[in-house]
Amino acid sequence: MMTNETAGGVNRRDFLAGSGKTAIGAAMVLGSGTLLMPNQGWGMELKALKPETMATMIQMARDIYPHDRVPDKFYAKALRAHDDASVDDDAKKALLEDGVGDLNGRAGKKLLGEATEKGGYLDLGWEADRVAVLHDIEDSDFFQTMRGSLVVGLYNQKALWPLFGYEGASAHKGGYIERGFDDIEWV
Amino acid sequence: MAAPYDLNDDSVVVIIGSGAGGGTLGNELAQKGIDTVILEAGGRHEAEDFLNDEWASFGQLAWLDKRTTSGDWRVATDFSGLPAWIVKAVGGSTTHWAGASLRFQEHEWKAKTNYGEVEGANLLDWPIDAEEMAPYYAKAEDKMGVTNTNGIPPLPGNNNYKVFEAGAKKLGYEKVHTGNMAINSQDRDGRTHCQQSGFCFQGCKFSAKWSTLYTEIPKGEETGKLEVRPKAHVLQIQHGDDGKVTGVLYADADGNQHVQKARVVAVAGNSIESPRLLLNSASSMFSDGLANSSGMVGKNYMRHMTASVYASFDKPVNFYRGTTMAGIVQDEARHDPSRGFVGGYELETLALGLPFMAAFLNPGGWGREFAAAMDNYDHMAGMWIVGEDMPQETNAITLSDEKDQYGLPAPNVHFSDHANDIAMRAHAWQQGTAMYDAVGATQVYPTPPYPSTHNLGTNRMSADAKDGVVNKWGQTHDIANLFVSDGSQFTTGAAENPTLTIVSLAIRQADYIAEQMGQKAI
Repeated sequence: MMTNETAGGVNRRDFLAGSGKTAIGAAMVLGSGTLLMPNQGWGMELKALKPETMATMIQMARDIYPHDRVPDKFYAKALRAHDDASVDDDAKKALLEDGVGDLNGRAGKKLLGEATEKGGYLDLGWEADRVAVLHDIEDSDFFQTMRGSLVVGLYNQKALWPLFGYEGASAHKGGYIERGFDDIEWV
Repeated sequence: MAAPYDLNDDSVVVIIGSGAGGGTLGNELAQKGIDTVILEAGGRHEAEDFLNDEWASFGQLAWLDKRTTSGDWRVATDFSGLPAWIVKAVGGSTTHWAGASLRFQEHEWKAKTNYGEVEGANLLDWPIDAEEMAPYYAKAEDKMGVTNTNGIPPLPGNNNYKVFEAGAKKLGYEKVHTGNMAINSQDRDGRTHCQQSGFCFQGCKFSAKWSTLYTEIPKGEETGKLEVRPKAHVLQIQHGDDGKVTGVLYADADGNQHVQKARVVAVAGNSIESPRLLLNSASSMFSDGLANSSGMVGKNYMRHMTASVYASFDKPVNFYRGTTMAGIVQDEARHDPSRGFVGGYELETLALGLPFMAAFLNPGGWGREFAAAMDNYDHMAGMWIVGEDMPQETNAITLSDEKDQYGLPAPNVHFSDHANDIAMRAHAWQQGTAMYDAVGATQVYPTPPYPSTHNLGTNRMSADAKDGVVNKWGQTHDIANLFVSDGSQFTTGAAENPTLTIVSLAIRQADYIAEQMGQKAI
């Protein structure tokens, strides 16, 4: 679940000072099931997937549909269904965990030039480098599952529509007949 | 009000489907005093139930039963289980349609004569022509309240139209207007005028757009001679030893099966379901399916040459506001082989909401180029391209190995573009791009076809019984009391959106059925 309660007063160093807390990029993992984004004011409790996996999936989602004015929480919300489904669906969970594992492996090779346990997708600093890795797996079930779910799960979030200038339902406001259906003057 | 008919009443005309063809035919017959039962596979959602929400509405209205695809069309890759975007609900696809109501051009009734032999195309002349259809077109335009006919004023142009019109005029196009739309520009026929809500495809909550749901069907029901039975999914058409059809087997909402007896059966389930039903009704007497002595049931599937052009501008357009498709350029609809193809195409304004733009702008697309286009959403204009595609015998609805929820073979929809379709699409993309470039587009997106909305030709009309499935009245060549009443009758597709022609054919067919019943010929 996402919550806005973790923002106020959270000190990144305090989290890191205790055991069981690790930082991955801008995100933090708390215990075994919580992903925190302290600088963005939200967190996400995972039911089945590893928080590290979700953190990588969020970055991957942004690289698939990179909207620089859309905060991470929208990508996270689009991906939450994958975590929910993974509770009872081992194949789905494996597809995602293994897919992220494979992605990290490929990214590590790209970063360090050899097969390595070190480095991962989130360590590739440039979008172009991450996208190059994504192109390598573009035809995989993992990638297509991610992209296919995002094209609906991301763009169908009503809270996100204003960022794109889409006004959504109009009938309850009487349509646009008095609200600018023909208001542009520049043509 | 609605007359309930007994399952064993074998005096009724049974119509399968309640869309442009079935809904119109049902009302026309009821007005003549003929007892009529429409069996509709989908549920009844009245206008106030419609949803201003693209995906939610899709879930409410779209036909989502099992279908498979094949062929080299991109839809088979991008939307493999969704070859067509059509409706399963009372009103059929007239709930979803955009409202464009264009007559065929005279030459299009005789495509084979006027285009000559086209390699790989199975062209045929319609057994009817423009003169014969003119009075029925006139009746349909009046019934549907088509703008720019019968003294009905045009719709006002919205923002998307303003951009479209300016580009068209800069290119020198002359036939540019807000269309012949079955959308009220003023109050008419007890329905209000367009409120420019922008959700034509999701069902018009104001009932300003003509749909059989709130015009033909209630008018027919008021006569006491029409019953519309929703959630009645027809599985099989049955016949007797004399080869005449006797009734239909259908499943109700609970999956219980019933047989509705009939004197006449008219199939109007769209160009995918209608041939599938005839094929699934095969018997020992008709081993290749009903009305299929020609072997043409399911063949010659057409879907119109379609594509879109979207473009981004440096200033806002907000093209989603207002009528989804009220704008047209008709200059390219002519037959002019000097362009490198036979037949022609129409350019029509089109807008999608953000969720559907993401799904359809470039299916499968991702990355920064795709996202940048989406970031320009409110600075975008858009048009749809609809042109005549070539009938090909290999493009067909066949029975799939996969089964539907009733255990019956699902339809497989096989389609590959003809070279003429490809040449026409390339020309249309070029012209659409030029229109937007002429008014300062900063990016242009040539968008591939969506899942088919214009499904045509799979029970085609022919003068000779060996060339098609139905005669000039939509009566099957093989079985006198079995009719086809939807777009599957189309011999060729022409360049125009098909609904007006489907409605006109249904009005004409009703006259013929009444006459034949009066003469006891059926």
